[in-house]
Amino acid sequence: MSYLEYNVKTVPTGPSKILYLNWPLLLLLVTVASVGFLMLYSVAGGSLQPWAEPQMKRFALGVFAMFVIAMVPIWFWRNMAGLAYGVSLALLLAVEFFGETGMGAQRWINLGFMRLQPSELTKITLIMILAAYYDWLDIRKTSRPLWVIIPLILIALPTYLVLRQPDLGTSILLVTGGGIVMFLAGVSWWYFIAVIGAGVGTVAAVFSSRGTDWQLLKDYQYRRIDTFLDPSTDPLGAGYHITQSKIALGSGGWTGRGFMQGTQSRLNFLPEKHTDFIFTTLAEEFGFVGAFSLLSLYVLVVFFCVVSAIRNRDRFGSLLTLGVGATFFLFFAVNMAMVMGLAPVVGVPLPLVSYGGSAMLVLMVGFGLAQSAHVHRPRGR
Amino acid sequence: MKRSPRDTESSMKKVTRRGAVLGGLQLGVAGLLGWRMRQMQVEQADAFRLLAEENRINMRLIAPARGLIFDRNGIPLAENAQNYRVVIVREDAGDVDAVIAKLQQLIYLDPVEIERARKEIMRRSPFVPVTLTDQRSWEDIATVAVNAPALPGITPDVGLTRNYPLQEDYAHVVGYVGPVSDYDLSRIDDDDPLLQIPKFQIGKTGVEQKYERDLRGKAGARRIEVNAAGRVMRELGRDEGISGADIQLTVESRLQNFVEARLALGLSASAVVMDTRNGDLLAVGNAPSFDPNKFVRGISVSDYGDLTNNKYRPLSNKAVQGAYPPGSTFKMMVTMAALDAGMLSAGETFYCGGYHELGNRRFHCWKRGGHGWVDLDKSLQQSCDVYYYELAQRVGIDKIAETARRFGLGERFDLPMSAVSPGVMPDKQWLRERYDQSWRVGDSLNASIGQGYVLSTPLQLAVMTARLASGTKIEPRLVKSIDGVEQEVRGAEPLGFATEHLRLVRNGMNSVTNSRRGTAYGSRIEPDNMRMAGKTGTSQVRSVVVRNQDVPWEERDHALFVGYAPVDNPGLAVSVVVEHGGGGSSAAAPIARDIMLFALYGEMPPLEGYPSSQRGRMETLLSELPLRDDFRPSDRRGRA
Repeated sequence: MSYLEYNVKTVPTGPSKILYLNWPLLLLLVTVASVGFLMLYSVAGGSLQPWAEPQMKRFALGVFAMFVIAMVPIWFWRNMAGLAYGVSLALLLAVEFFGETGMGAQRWINLGFMRLQPSELTKITLIMILAAYYDWLDIRKTSRPLWVIIPLILIALPTYLVLRQPDLGTSILLVTGGGIVMFLAGVSWWYFIAVIGAGVGTVAAVFSSRGTDWQLLKDYQYRRIDTFLDPSTDPLGAGYHITQSKIALGSGGWTGRGFMQGTQSRLNFLPEKHTDFIFTTLAEEFGFVGAFSLLSLYVLVVFFCVVSAIRNRDRFGSLLTLGVGATFFLFFAVNMAMVMGLAPVVGVPLPLVSYGGSAMLVLMVGFGLAQSAHVHRPRGR
Repeated sequence: MKRSPRDTESSMKKVTRRGAVLGGLQLGVAGLLGWRMRQMQVEQADAFRLLAEENRINMRLIAPARGLIFDRNGIPLAENAQNYRVVIVREDAGDVDAVIAKLQQLIYLDPVEIERARKEIMRRSPFVPVTLTDQRSWEDIATVAVNAPALPGITPDVGLTRNYPLQEDYAHVVGYVGPVSDYDLSRIDDDDPLLQIPKFQIGKTGVEQKYERDLRGKAGARRIEVNAAGRVMRELGRDEGISGADIQLTVESRLQNFVEARLALGLSASAVVMDTRNGDLLAVGNAPSFDPNKFVRGISVSDYGDLTNNKYRPLSNKAVQGAYPPGSTFKMMVTMAALDAGMLSAGETFYCGGYHELGNRRFHCWKRGGHGWVDLDKSLQQSCDVYYYELAQRVGIDKIAETARRFGLGERFDLPMSAVSPGVMPDKQWLRERYDQSWRVGDSLNASIGQGYVLSTPLQLAVMTARLASGTKIEPRLVKSIDGVEQEVRGAEPLGFATEHLRLVRNGMNSVTNSRRGTAYGSRIEPDNMRMAGKTGTSQVRSVVVRNQDVPWEERDHALFVGYAPVDNPGLAVSVVVEHGGGGSSAAAPIARDIMLFALYGEMPPLEGYPSSQRGRMETLLSELPLRDDFRPSDRRGRA
């Protein structure tokens, strides 16, 4: 169903659109972000600087962007999908040549007022292009090999560029996020079974290629996998992050040590305590109760996305909303699994809580699209 | 393009169904995350909490104050002095070199010390205080404190270090402490964490070493919170520990000081003064001595070389380590053995013609012309050797050795000093075991005049004399009390010799000093109520007799004297050994007499104590003694 078929009269227009926003979702996002402000204030030792205040400003900017995007009809965004995808690919190519290196990876492009990570932007534009593709595609062709290869290429292009940076975390998120949209669009189960089988094979290949001339990953990536599998082998070296993270998290207990009382983060035993490992500070200071509450908030965010998507009869809007929700889910699930020692340390931030501009802005853009889909969904018969 | 409504309907159903599947999967993953949280934060929380505390909390030991050591009158022999230091903290100093240069303009800094400190500063974390210089004067510290604003990162600091205020006097008795070494750690079985503190001071010799555990005390601890870099963030708790126990010795410092000063005139000598009633060692003197404080601070190589290369062996505690042939001081033992065996009566006489023949060997008396007819009293008085050759031949070495051992010879006394020697009290069995030889009569003859295999320490000779004087098995005692607990006096029971026999020997010893022909008459004590009995000894280092003045110092005879006083009511026993000093009567007896007089008076003896003919000479000698200023006669402190 394309927008031309919409009964446009049933779609709200003008400033009254604001009443049709998915307000519970927005409220949840603000709550999650507030938890982030609180934790950034705490890890700074009870100070708005250097993290909490900039984060608030960025979030305000993100909320503003979300509103703007939500007000624009979803069919406009569908038409923009190809352009957005093209621009993000171009930016990924640009960082390949002009990017600035941080943490051993080329990730940023300096726009003057902010440092943009095109790889973050790609997470949303990839969802957009895939949703638009399946909206366009005749549903009966969905599982035909030729029509499966096209989205695979769409996924592979940015993934390859991101892997070259190298950014393993984002690559995984791109592949998984893209795969989820394909799954939602109705691609046959057999493809996924085949891909999972191939994935297992790839893992075997990755490990067997180690130390040979054609090894597939960088040494530091292997080391991260090693320390993930057994952090105790190198507690002060490569395993330090994960060991200290688990100690801080576990020592929180039921109710935690109390706000601003987390000794491990306060005494700098925790690495990256304001970015990727911020969840450990929360878990240490607020315990299981706090950590589980945040997890519940995240699950609710995804739940509202799923509900909104299921109630949306516009294919593009529905796929887009589910894709944004899935991306958001992947962010927090990978991050939490990482700090709890269930997944390797791959550098995925905790969405809306970790300090960092690009990821937050991109997510808010994504939620803006989901809100637009929600506001402009077809109504009535 | 157009699609039929059915298609739209079915495609929407598919998205809805797949969306539900995805939602279910996501919920499952979220459940797994929640389960993991619960596992870590609820079930394993205690284990992780413990790990977190281990991360965060460090224990820093607080060294307890070491126990003090006092003499019997409470004069401190070992104390904890304040050690003024200057420490620097790199991160506060900024430009370390500039700050040190500025400090150098204010107080003198040893360039070697500074170089060492500079290296340490660079090696340590920037917040660790490093000692730039220590053992500074109060003036230096005040200078640094006043200029503190111009010296960022520099702080004057004060710590405790061991100090021996009487310096040389107790170097051998009290001993000294020094930084614990790897050798110490391997040698002593002690898991006290204090020993792990770098440069922690432990007793190395003497009382400091033997009573290390009492003196050390129990470590306190500071529980501190550190961050990941090891910086101390705050103190969480403090346990001050228990200070070491104070130890009071039996020694008397004014006497000890006098003994040390008086012995110094004899080049290499030692003396022991003992209370015959309770065994208290009042003085254990050695000359030459050394300043133990040098060892506490870390003695320089050249100073240490001077001490070890000195032929008078200042490091040796000769009073308990030095084993010398006792010479004629051993004759009392032979007499007691013969009397106890019933093989000698008081009036029995032997003829001394200057030598004694055994087979075709001649054993000479020290007096070539002989003593003529000699009875017990005269044998001791004039120290006739032939008399004792006869007794030894009659009694045999085993009886002599058994008797001597009852007087403490050959016994290793349990005293808290380093390397207390048992000496040698030989008998037939000993010679067989030691040298696989059988004992010959000639060996007994040599032993009877304290030569040959017999070796004894000044301490043993003092004990022997005290037992002769008291008739009891009195044991020497150096520690009077530990932490206020009085230590027991041992050996008050009788020795088990007939009183009459002891009286005969004591009379003989009285004749040595108080009869005109006695070998130590020149060293008599004048006042009747203080008269001293004694015995001289001259033990040969070489077998050929040459006039002592003509041979090098190392080959001269050892001079010995043992004595007790007052004769009528013995209270003090003394022994003096002057290594290679020549004759006992000329070298050892005068020293013993001066020491005894000082001990009896409890202060610098008045000239009335001396025979009138000697008073002029003694006045000069006593006034020239290098006594400590605070123990000079004018100072009436102490036992007077």
